Amino acid sequence: MEVLFFLLFAAMATVAGLGVVLAKNPVYSALSLIVCFVQVAALFILLRSPFLAAVQIFVYVGTTIVLFIIVIVMLDIQQALFERFIPGNTLLILAVPLVLGATMLPMLLGSDKLAALYTKSQAAGAQLEGTTAELGTALFTQYLLPFEVISVILLVALVGAILLAKKETR
Amino acid sequence: MVPLSWYLALSAIIFIIGLAGVLLRRNVLIVLMCLELMLNSVNINLITFSYYLQDLRGQILAIFVITITAAEVAVALAIVIAMMRNRTTLKVDDINLMKE
Repeated sequence: MEVLFFLLFAAMATVAGLGVVLAKNPVYSALSLIVCFVQVAALFILLRSPFLAAVQIFVYVGTTIVLFIIVIVMLDIQQALFERFIPGNTLLILAVPLVLGATMLPMLLGSDKLAALYTKSQAAGAQLEGTTAELGTALFTQYLLPFEVISVILLVALVGAILLAKKETR
Repeated sequence: MVPLSWYLALSAIIFIIGLAGVLLRRNVLIVLMCLELMLNSVNINLITFSYYLQDLRGQILAIFVITITAAEVAVALAIVIAMMRNRTTLKVDDINLMKE
């Protein structure tokens, strides 16, 4: 059953990801990015991390894509409709991700050996509840300093974004 | 139970799709979206290992990645708006000046 759901979500995420790259209209790209992110959130639930799934929906779909759509609507998209890919030999550029994929393939084929790690961690009695409470406790005790640093980064990015996007007054 | 390598394969496929988009697309907004796709595939990897090793650290790292992504998108879109105001081009191969 779980395998069936994984295949469903994975297939839809892949198709939506291809849609982001191939769509002519930037709005369609943004919408298929939403589909992809929702599928990935579903995969997070399959991986027993419901908090991350909720964060994925809130942050990516609720904030990031909405920002993208606002900016797309502000811009003139006529230009983008006619020039989808960069000029020149695209096949040559396509070779880069293909070579990367070819180098990843042997690693992926050998990665089932890592499943032994799972049985080892099971045997060691490391049973993770996967609850949000556990995550929150770890975040606010052991990882408090990185958490504070990341919030400062977010604040600085916010101020910087407002400053950059502000109209210059001369 | 789903084998570990299936999740890793999905993550690799999404990463490669995102990389192809970053390299091939001409509109800077689509390039940013494909960058999101690549970061998301990294998150899939982190959470997969967090589940298979029964270790919380993967999930915590994923939270940090998501936060950094939000900050990055805010700054990048602000730069896009500033660029549009000055030069009215969004083609990645035409953006070659830091001053107007």
